Amino acid sequence: MSFLIDNFVELTVTGLVLGAVYGLVALGYTLVYGVLQLINFAHSEVWMFGSFAAVWVTVALGVAPGSALPVVIGVLLLALLAAMTVSGGVALLLERVAYRRLIRLDAPKLVALISAIGASFALAELMGLRDRVAGWFGLRDTLDPYVRSARDNTRFQNPLETEGVFTVGGYTVSNVDIIIIVSAVLMMVALDQFIRRTRTGRGIRAVAQDSEAAALMGVNRNRIIRATFLVGGIMAGAAALLYLMRFGVTRWNAGFLLGVKAFTAAVLGGIGNVRGALLGGFVLGLAENYGSALIGSEWRDVVAFLLLVVILLFRPTGLLGESLGRARA
Amino acid sequence: MPSTSVSEQPVARNGAALLSLDDVSIQFGGLKALDGVSFDVREGEILGLIGPNGAGKTTCFNVMTGVYQPTSGEVRFAGERLGRRKRFAITRLGIARTFQNIRLFGNMTALENVLVGADAHHRTNVVDALFRSPRHRREEREGEETARDVMRFLGLERRADELARNLSYGEQRRLEIARAMATKPRLLCLDEPAAGFNPAEKAQLMDLIRRIRDRGLTVLLIEHDMSLVMGVSDRVAVLEFGRKIAEGVPADVRNDPAVIAAYLGTDVDDEEGDL
Amino acid sequence: MTEGKASPDTESGPARSMAWGPRLGWDRGALARRTTALPKPVKWTLIGLLVVVLYALPLLELPIISTPDTDFGGVLFTVASYVLVALGLNIVLGYAGLLDLGYVGFYAIGAYTVAVLGSLQAQLSWWLLIPLAVIVTTISGILLGAPTLRVRGDYLAIVTLGFGEIIRLTALNTEWLGAAKGITGVPRPPSVELFDVPHLEWEGATALIDLDDTTSFLSFGVADQAPYYWLTLTVIFLVLGADRMLRLSRIGRGWEATREDEDAAELMGVPTFKFKLLAFACGAFIGGLSGALFASRQGFINPESFLLLLSILFVAAVVVGGAGNRWGVIMGAIVVAYLPERFRGFEEWRLLVFGVALLLLANFRPQGLIPPRRAKRAQAVDEQLDALEEGSARA
Repeated sequence: MSFLIDNFVELTVTGLVLGAVYGLVALGYTLVYGVLQLINFAHSEVWMFGSFAAVWVTVALGVAPGSALPVVIGVLLLALLAAMTVSGGVALLLERVAYRRLIRLDAPKLVALISAIGASFALAELMGLRDRVAGWFGLRDTLDPYVRSARDNTRFQNPLETEGVFTVGGYTVSNVDIIIIVSAVLMMVALDQFIRRTRTGRGIRAVAQDSEAAALMGVNRNRIIRATFLVGGIMAGAAALLYLMRFGVTRWNAGFLLGVKAFTAAVLGGIGNVRGALLGGFVLGLAENYGSALIGSEWRDVVAFLLLVVILLFRPTGLLGESLGRARA
Repeated sequence: MPSTSVSEQPVARNGAALLSLDDVSIQFGGLKALDGVSFDVREGEILGLIGPNGAGKTTCFNVMTGVYQPTSGEVRFAGERLGRRKRFAITRLGIARTFQNIRLFGNMTALENVLVGADAHHRTNVVDALFRSPRHRREEREGEETARDVMRFLGLERRADELARNLSYGEQRRLEIARAMATKPRLLCLDEPAAGFNPAEKAQLMDLIRRIRDRGLTVLLIEHDMSLVMGVSDRVAVLEFGRKIAEGVPADVRNDPAVIAAYLGTDVDDEEGDL
Repeated sequence: MTEGKASPDTESGPARSMAWGPRLGWDRGALARRTTALPKPVKWTLIGLLVVVLYALPLLELPIISTPDTDFGGVLFTVASYVLVALGLNIVLGYAGLLDLGYVGFYAIGAYTVAVLGSLQAQLSWWLLIPLAVIVTTISGILLGAPTLRVRGDYLAIVTLGFGEIIRLTALNTEWLGAAKGITGVPRPPSVELFDVPHLEWEGATALIDLDDTTSFLSFGVADQAPYYWLTLTVIFLVLGADRMLRLSRIGRGWEATREDEDAAELMGVPTFKFKLLAFACGAFIGGLSGALFASRQGFINPESFLLLLSILFVAAVVVGGAGNRWGVIMGAIVVAYLPERFRGFEEWRLLVFGVALLLLANFRPQGLIPPRRAKRAQAVDEQLDALEEGSARA
């Protein structure tokens, strides 16, 4: 308990940082669930691929930390772009390969879940076997810096040096901390505006509430579904870069744990509820930190899983309630 | 014969109210689907429940069969309140139903479908099943007898081993009734049993309903086909916008100005026949 | 036609199971019809022969299927272990239609009960450990199922996944469960050395009896794993028998009805919640039993043996084989377990292959995979309406 109190500020700030990442990834889950009532189990790999894209960009550009600020910013923006593009692309690929047919046939949700699970494992394994895959194309050596140690951790060299910015309650808040939290909030606001004000955003809300009626009103359901996946993917790509800036490492199977936690955050906030995703993320991040301060850091993941189980069993509508889609009996 | 009472079924005298709704209302969010509905289904009768589309017939049906809980008011079956009983308990009490859109167990045979109904009163548990106890054997035998008897009554005995989804539409409708009857109900609720039937089939259905009543069951019927409902029901209740606007014998209801207004006020081509 | 498509979504959906076509699997196919048509004595002889061959497998050393590098008996044990798990999961997923992504949890509880009470915290006799493991696992299945089974389908999957991980992480982080280093010295089944059974040796197409290569009946050692296989095979036969007893009873019918259309089943008098819990408990029973046997063969367990991956592989085995069909499920388990052992290089690609297999199966052969709940969409209704309209037109 004393540990919790002594380090309260640090735990809170890092919890919010963690929560910001969870929240951005949670958006992908919440949007897809809101529109299609599907659990996009493979969204974790959407994130993972984005993280690798960011890493590879920095590896390719080879910029050392401590370089001039414009260079740093340039590299980070490129990495961000790469991550968003790749994640968005993987999300669209998923929609095409794993879901489209099932959506069209109006298959039971459990079948879609199995399809998603298959896709998730296939994608993760592909990344874990990338050295072999490169070998098939004879590119094993040329692509070596990108494909070696396929089953190990892959480090991210953050071109931005982490610096303390100000100190609160014994903890020095770093530039990275601020960037992450601020970015997440800004992206959430942007997404919220997108949903509320743009034509596509309205289409998303319409399809989420009643896709037949929406179709009758001239909304192109398929286009909206693709847009939903794309937006979720882009957010995950951004989350990937932010995650890397803070934790510096990714892995072929890093998606799973993060994905489950992000899903927990989505349900926590109210699945289908965009603002709820970020709120849920923050709550989860804080809960994990405070929880592991209380009972030991090795129980961190158990805290997350327990929260997931408890929420699904006792309050599946979450904190803010389901909102994008229709109320479920 | 379904009247061999299973001990848990409460008893009501012939002609007395078997199922009664007492000022039942149900609200879904802002929508009041039923508003203070009261009427009885009397033992041994055939009661038709009619009304224009959206009148609340299906909702009323669901309340009567325990699928929905009313927000106020009471539903009583043979004097006992339905309360918060689980749906399978209500079936055991003696209320059975069919569905507007056929909901058979498609990948099971016709006989198996009906056996599931017959199982409603069985008590065989895992231990019984594993060791083929006397109870298991007795219930299996009894269930098969009931099932075959009911299927014979409905003319399905030769299709017993066909998968339910391979039966013709008419056979499927009858199988649903067979399955419901196998639960040994006292009240059988039929939800649009004539949907998709041609006039000859409808006439056969009317005859079937009367024969079901003659076996000792009470029948509640929702139907859109006016001539069928008026032709087969002993009494009719009419709903409009969640309220009961008339109740009585078909001849009276047919001429009730409120009922006429309710039907003329909606699109005539929604209904299959005239009053 | 007055079918109100716009009517409120109560329970007025069509029987979707009918729109989704035949049950996945090989059961009602030609082979099944031909075999059931055979006269009884012939059938029993064939079955008897099959049983003898199955027991004799580790001794036969058949050239194509045998694994040259590893003890074939051990491979057979692994396969049999998977088959047992698949049969258990088949009850949960195939019979009752519950997507359980945490099945490895039951496997783990069975294994850990044997390990903890047999080696780490106590030294109970093996004969006590197995029933204890099964009881503990079944109770945990009931405790897990009671709150969980009220939850709707896809959420159920995630909750069970969560529980599976919680179990593994708890084992990983708890000292008195062995933590990360695991538990060694797990007791084996008691051996009784009666006689030695020789293996066959093949030269070309001729089989010779090799008196030097023998398996001791019945010695549960480390090198020769055939006795473990025999033990598990016997358990499989018992489970198949019990499975049959349940299927051909009120319980089995109730499960199938629940799986086809839960709401309709309940309205027909099936106490669906109780039956789902029952399926869960039976699944737990078998999973725990399999885990217990696994632990006693390994002699050593740690949390690494119970990853989520394993749950997914189990589900893949059941789904690939055809959920609900015990023979298909057995085939699926054999494929999942045997291929990586036979083709050693395959191990690396196993998950990728099964991931793709699940993806393809879900998209192209979903029928019977997990039968649907009744739906709001009108596709099947449309088909029926078309048929009805044709019927009315005729009249």
